[in-house]
Amino acid sequence: MCGIIGFIDRTKSKMDGSSIKAALSLMNERGSGDGAGYAAYGIYPEYADYYALHVFFDNLGEPKKKVDELLQQMGEIVHQEEIPTTPQPGIKKVHIPWRYFFKPSEDLMAGRMASENDVVTYIVMEVNANVKGATIFSSGKNMGVFKASGWPEDVANFYRIEDYKGYIWLGHNRYPTNTPGWWGGAHPFNLLNWSVVHNGEITSYGTNQRYVEGYGYNCSLFTDTEVVAYLFDLLGRQHGLSHEMVVKALAPPFWDEIDRMPAKEAELNKAVRLTYGPALMNGPFAIVVGTENGIVGFTDRIKLRPLVVGENGNRLYISSEEAAIRVYDPEVKTIYTPRAGEPIIGRFIE
Amino acid sequence: MTLGSVPPKFKVDIDRYQCMDCGRCIENCSYGVYRREGNKILIESRKCTGCLRCVSMCPRDAIMLTEKPVDYRSHPLWTREAREDIIKQARSGKIILSGMGNARDLPVVYDHLLLDACQVTNPSIDPLREPMELRTYIGKKPSKLKFKKTESGDVELETKLAPNLKLNTPIMIGHMSFGAISLNAQLSMAKAVTELGTYMGTGEGGLHEALYPYQDHMIVQVASGRFGVNIDYLERGAAIEIKIGQGAKPGIGGHLPGEKVSEEVSKTRMIPVGSDAISPAPHHDIYSIEDLVQLIRSLKEATEWKKPVFVKIAAVHNVAPIAAGIARSSADAVVIDGFRGGTGAAPKVFRDNVGIPIEVAIASVDQKLREQGVRNEISIIASGGIRNSADLAKSIALGADAVNIGTAALVALGCRVCGNCYRNLCPWGIATQRPDLVSRLDPERGAVQVSNLIKGWTYELSELMGAAGINSIESLRGNRDRLRGYMLDEGMLKILDVLPAGA
Repeated sequence: MCGIIGFIDRTKSKMDGSSIKAALSLMNERGSGDGAGYAAYGIYPEYADYYALHVFFDNLGEPKKKVDELLQQMGEIVHQEEIPTTPQPGIKKVHIPWRYFFKPSEDLMAGRMASENDVVTYIVMEVNANVKGATIFSSGKNMGVFKASGWPEDVANFYRIEDYKGYIWLGHNRYPTNTPGWWGGAHPFNLLNWSVVHNGEITSYGTNQRYVEGYGYNCSLFTDTEVVAYLFDLLGRQHGLSHEMVVKALAPPFWDEIDRMPAKEAELNKAVRLTYGPALMNGPFAIVVGTENGIVGFTDRIKLRPLVVGENGNRLYISSEEAAIRVYDPEVKTIYTPRAGEPIIGRFIE
Repeated sequence: MTLGSVPPKFKVDIDRYQCMDCGRCIENCSYGVYRREGNKILIESRKCTGCLRCVSMCPRDAIMLTEKPVDYRSHPLWTREAREDIIKQARSGKIILSGMGNARDLPVVYDHLLLDACQVTNPSIDPLREPMELRTYIGKKPSKLKFKKTESGDVELETKLAPNLKLNTPIMIGHMSFGAISLNAQLSMAKAVTELGTYMGTGEGGLHEALYPYQDHMIVQVASGRFGVNIDYLERGAAIEIKIGQGAKPGIGGHLPGEKVSEEVSKTRMIPVGSDAISPAPHHDIYSIEDLVQLIRSLKEATEWKKPVFVKIAAVHNVAPIAAGIARSSADAVVIDGFRGGTGAAPKVFRDNVGIPIEVAIASVDQKLREQGVRNEISIIASGGIRNSADLAKSIALGADAVNIGTAALVALGCRVCGNCYRNLCPWGIATQRPDLVSRLDPERGAVQVSNLIKGWTYELSELMGAAGINSIESLRGNRDRLRGYMLDEGMLKILDVLPAGA
């Protein structure tokens, strides 16, 4: 099942986490209390130029020592601390959530690691695959993911989500079948500035995984959603495709529709399907992705999972349920349901 | 004659009570098992190949066939086959010829791979009610696309696509030449692939005039003998395949016994009537990968870069790096033929001992191409022992773009896999050039049968995909996550990169 929600204020005016907590909790019958999480953009303005690395440590001994060493070797840690939490009766603190504000060293940028983003991607893959007892679950700039096992309100209270103010919020209420209980398995899944909340199951996971692994990504989190973040990073960042084009690759029109298009448009869509066939995502899904420029929501090509859109001026909401949007913003003006595969994109106004 | 005769392979009996003495068995058996003496039909069981033509034509089901009526003293090492091969060679001093594919009783990897289906957490998709996409493009694909914005703000594609073949179903028919098989057999298949929107190969035997109407669905072959190759031939094909090797006999060239070189075959191949057509083992202009690259470019240049060029290789031990080398050339597809691939004629020792199974070849080639970042540069076409839609689905899940079928298409035309293709006596009119036998195969009806087979597999593939929650073939390709190995050893699971059943 799972319940998802995404929010953007196009003018970058910020909202604290209390509304999304209420909206997500409303969808509790879509979850099972085994996982919930939030992503918020715009929350670290004082460290906006640094990568905010959120890490789950099993303990602060050996795993932390290894991550510290790796980060010091790859760049500079300007600040680090335990992420503030408040104990909750419904949450067993199995990991210690930690955050680093980090800048990769320019000396490393050569060959396969040509940019800061490449270095950070390498660090995330390296730690998640090879450092036992440490998982980097958030690695963007001026944004962060907060997630754990538990109900949405407990997770929100645990991380004191009301204390953060963001212009993009994503939330996820999990009914896990794959890896219940593991904090790393809760959503949102993140890499760099890409964060993904996902309701569904990706039947093409094996194909997608083999595809991204050919480009140096390492699927190590035991959940299919992980691959969506890597697909967005590969197509959106490395290949430079627009968000619309990424969605076209992941949930393309059917051949029947392409055959009916005008020649030029058909050629473009055919090229996308031929080139990005291994990126096509199959199976039931509704997804909202947070990016540095906005949010993108879309469903699978036959819309086997629900997705509803709400608008109120410069605010855009995308969720599994209309009721959740109405709790988020009782003043919401327009509500509609997008067609299968149709991208819903919310961008900042320049 | 110190060796004497070996026991007959089959014992043929006629139930004389049932028999109505119509004589159809005599007419139909091209191997001369039956003859009439007076008012009696006499039987010479020793000549029987087990082709079952007589059994299927007998109106009274009066013919009984027993395999190995007399057997040797059993011995686990010195099998009947081992002993008979020795006797044959002691007599002849020659290489033993055989037909069809590998006849050894080795485990079939396909049979140890299981497919997945959806339950609860994701819905299966019903192909009767929802779109199901099997359309497959064979050819080079760019690894990424570039777009540009026009002045009016529209997004336009900047990347130029290489020519690709469009298949409505990921099943093609492999290369079986006119010569190895009859014109009617080729016509049957050509009509079927044209109707279905897929392709077949000409084999190394040129393109007979009668096939020109179907040329847009035919892939012309350039093999080491270069039989039938000229510019007209190249220009007629939808694509060109360079055949380096084939699964039934890796490392050696084609064999067409002179018996099968009729007037028409001789014209189409451009060789004398009745001469054996023995293609050289290597191409005499390909002694290394760079020579292959030159040939590919020459063929493309000759056809103005309009046609995809495929390279067919036998699945040998080193198949993955070889395929990676081919992917770096301007070739558009690599055809990998596994060690169970069929043939009209091959030395038995090759057919039964050289090469590796197609399943592992697909897995290792796909993996190697990905490691080297060239998987998009080339399509993978798998062949060699694909028997049904499950083998097809598993091949694609392992990483193939499409499959070639050969034997299966012949069986759809009547072939009973008797394995005597090299004798020009095929009583089904398939692997023969004798006009009276060829006329037994009606191309119109043959086309319906081949097309029915491919349609049936296509429906089954749709159902299998739908059950797995997949509505587009791209999402099955290389999706080894949806396969499990059953009773496969650890080494094999690792090569196939699939989990064991239960995991």
